[in-house]
Amino acid sequence: MIQKAGRLFSRTSIVWFALLLITWLLSTYSRDMSKALEAKWITRFPAGWRLSLKNDISAAMKWLVEEADFGLFTFREATRGLAWLIEQPYNLVLSVLSSGFMEGQGSGAVQILPPLSWIAVTAIVIAAGHFAKDWKLALLMGLAFLYLAVFGQWDSAMVTLASIIIAVPFGVAGGLLLGIAAYRWNWFDQALKPILDLMQTIPVFAYLVPILFLFGFGPVSALVATIIYAMPPMVRITTLALRAVPDEIGDFGVMSGCTQRQLMWKVLVPTAKPDLMVGVNQVIMLSLNMVIIASMIGAGGLGFDVLASLRRLDIGAGLEAGIAIVVLAVALDRLSQAFAQPRQSGEERRRSESFLKRYPRTLFVLVLSIACLAAGYFFAFIQSYPEALQVTTGTFWDELVKSININYFDDLEAVKSFMLSTFMLPVKRFLGGIPWAWGWFLIAAAGWYFGGWRLSLLCALLAFFVIANGLWAKAMVTVYLCGVSVVIATIIGIPIGLFSALNERADRIVGVIIDTLQTLPSFVYLIPVVMLFRVGDFSAMIAVVLYALAPAIRYAAHGIKTVDPQLIEAGIVSGCTKRQLLWRIRAPLALPEIMLGINQTIMLALSMLVITALVGTRDLGQEVYIALTKADIGRGIVAGLAIAAIAIIADRMIAASAKSMRKRYGLA
Amino acid sequence: MKTSLICGLAGALSLAAMPALAEVESTDPIKLTLHDWTGQLLTTNLMGEVLKKAGYNIDYVQADYIAQFAGLKTGDLHVAMEIWETTGREAMDEATGTGNVQNLGETGMQAIEEWWYPSYMKETCPGLPDWKALNECAEAFSTAETAPMGRYLGGPVTWGGFDDERVEALEMDFEVVHAGTDAALFAELESAYQREAPIVLWVYAPHWAPTKFDGEFVEFPAYTSECYSDPAWGSNPDMAYDCGKPRGPIWKVAWSGVEDKWPGAHAIIKAFNIDNQEMGDMVAKVDLESEKLEDVVANWMTTNESRWQEWIK
Repeated sequence: MIQKAGRLFSRTSIVWFALLLITWLLSTYSRDMSKALEAKWITRFPAGWRLSLKNDISAAMKWLVEEADFGLFTFREATRGLAWLIEQPYNLVLSVLSSGFMEGQGSGAVQILPPLSWIAVTAIVIAAGHFAKDWKLALLMGLAFLYLAVFGQWDSAMVTLASIIIAVPFGVAGGLLLGIAAYRWNWFDQALKPILDLMQTIPVFAYLVPILFLFGFGPVSALVATIIYAMPPMVRITTLALRAVPDEIGDFGVMSGCTQRQLMWKVLVPTAKPDLMVGVNQVIMLSLNMVIIASMIGAGGLGFDVLASLRRLDIGAGLEAGIAIVVLAVALDRLSQAFAQPRQSGEERRRSESFLKRYPRTLFVLVLSIACLAAGYFFAFIQSYPEALQVTTGTFWDELVKSININYFDDLEAVKSFMLSTFMLPVKRFLGGIPWAWGWFLIAAAGWYFGGWRLSLLCALLAFFVIANGLWAKAMVTVYLCGVSVVIATIIGIPIGLFSALNERADRIVGVIIDTLQTLPSFVYLIPVVMLFRVGDFSAMIAVVLYALAPAIRYAAHGIKTVDPQLIEAGIVSGCTKRQLLWRIRAPLALPEIMLGINQTIMLALSMLVITALVGTRDLGQEVYIALTKADIGRGIVAGLAIAAIAIIADRMIAASAKSMRKRYGLA
Repeated sequence: MKTSLICGLAGALSLAAMPALAEVESTDPIKLTLHDWTGQLLTTNLMGEVLKKAGYNIDYVQADYIAQFAGLKTGDLHVAMEIWETTGREAMDEATGTGNVQNLGETGMQAIEEWWYPSYMKETCPGLPDWKALNECAEAFSTAETAPMGRYLGGPVTWGGFDDERVEALEMDFEVVHAGTDAALFAELESAYQREAPIVLWVYAPHWAPTKFDGEFVEFPAYTSECYSDPAWGSNPDMAYDCGKPRGPIWKVAWSGVEDKWPGAHAIIKAFNIDNQEMGDMVAKVDLESEKLEDVVANWMTTNESRWQEWIK
């Protein structure tokens, strides 16, 4: 049996080796070949066969915006109506937090009521922290909002907070409803899945312009984009959470005579609440991820501050605004997680108690807010934090980057040249040389190997989409940049993950670092990276690695931690050394989980490529970015779909191989 | 009770503070678009302040430079203060072609876009700013990736500019590397300037960079429209683009409806005029000396009162 498996393994490895060799030969010589044979189609997909999808999409969009009519109202009126609906609560929240209530329009507007003072808002979040958990969380919330005030980020932070407060409920409610529908009707679930995949993999830049056209200029478009981006995890988690509710509970509901509606809202949803809160948490984090991109189409707030300060190369100011986003994210994240935990029933209130006793925090906050409002008319520092007391790290960061730049540039340059010439450029040449037809065959073959003919067909179709739109060359640059970054992120990330899984203290430190890296807008570190490494692939690679490191670490740590303790026990009993325990038991058993981590790393790397286009790369990310700046809808969407195609191919192949691996280790 | 009293008081106070609006055609706000570079924010705020003085109600809307034309065509947006001949011409022509958008003339500022180098490069390359001299010392501008060719850092591909074509047509020993955004472009300049390292890159004016950094534009054969359209023109008989980049005005554009709805404002916007030097100084104040944009605008308004009084007559 073992012998047979060994022989089988070696046979497939021979096939793979042969394929690799052919690929290498083709990659190296196809250009010469196409010249010698005068057959340009070898390296370039013939222009005559290309799909004109770009123009079709642009034309369809134009028709939608300018002509589409449902009789009673036009499509444009419908989307504008929707925009109006979102705008009303947004304006309300914005007035409360930031602008105050105004009478009149434009510059003729007059403030009739100022916004909540900074003291009142801070008090509210402290009370919320205490209500959700304990004084420790309350303290964290208080410190976070104090940071915003002290570092002069208050006004922008409130604008950002207002958009989060609106985007999150819309995202959660929409996700919940779609998720429930998918739970109830299987066909809906099947239809929704590919749409969710696309929503998560198409870069946001690709659909910003159409959203602008349909929803008008201003913060509403940014909100719509945020909601689209942040909703998919909520949908998925809702469906999963509802499926995970034990049958007995559902049966019990049916027995006690629930209608279907009652069963859903009174039984299933409340039971699934802890899981659903994980989804809410995801929506909050993703909404904050969108802050920068949303500010590019008029959301203002912290994102705009980051962009504006980096445009004038004020690294310190950019970092402070970026940290403000991180602080906001951490505060909201901890708060939402605290709400997700079931609270002790000691909080139950009896009706007989007075209002004051039942709602001490609410009352306190209300009184304080009104008092601040009143006092704010007489003392300006109560209404808004005094400018004189604001702190800034000022030019410290600029000086730091400058001194690194002056003293270590040559060393950094040497490292960069080494990496480029020994690793990155050879990979780029190899991938870039593969003729499209052979590449297509390879993708289909790999799909067949990992997951049978279904996967093979899917991969072939997706690859064909990329090729037929004339994007093969750019797609290969994308695969190169993303692949190189993923390899490096994995090499760095997995050991850190293993280490932090076995060491409690390291785990906490690593946790803080990767949380920061994931919520800090990448633009903040992109500019210093360019100053030290120049415009080019290397800078882009560093930015991608920094961003995509987190899942590699997280999943590796999680995989090691969740290895069945009985198996480790068995290892110890049979006399394994510590090293053997790690390499023979923990690591192999954690492998499927690690594979999922790599999968997530690839997804994040792909989503980051659009951002790295901002420092100049020549891949699909750049294609999307060009389309954005030229407001070319069709071009952007086609390139976005091509990125999605790459993401889906990678995702399905890795999922399939993780599944077969799990089977091999008997974990399934 | 106490709060309602204070509210009432506040209401009365703010009523008193309301500016007395002069007679204007419509009190609906005129929407001016804001983009993400300081010069444009300044121009737009100056325009806004002047219109306010004339009694108009104005509103600022954040919008993308190119995508805003969709809004200008439909009347969602009303005025865009800076459309550069060099980067916005195509989109502007398309929009004015529909008849829904009007060109309201020049702002008075001239857009310059060209190859630029810091002054210290003159030591290594004494013949500058002549482009032939630049080409002679191309190797001094090379990096590990481009050697022996010089490295020229171009603007984002979306800016156009035909630099790849220019290098080929003038047979220059340079490789064009495109930055993705202007932040990345100037980050490299800042880095090189700190180390006094060789660099030649795309710089444009009005911008804070030529104010902050000491340097010059490279002198290419002067641009003519024939140079771009006719291969026979210039030193290379077989290729176009064997000359420098066009310099051109920065235009003001507006939704056509502005003329009917606010004819007075339409005339004021047309009259608005400012030059490169003034703008460059103001941009430097905001971006380099971290003065507040509002203060810089207010300052200009007081020192130039006679000028804008003339516009709003």
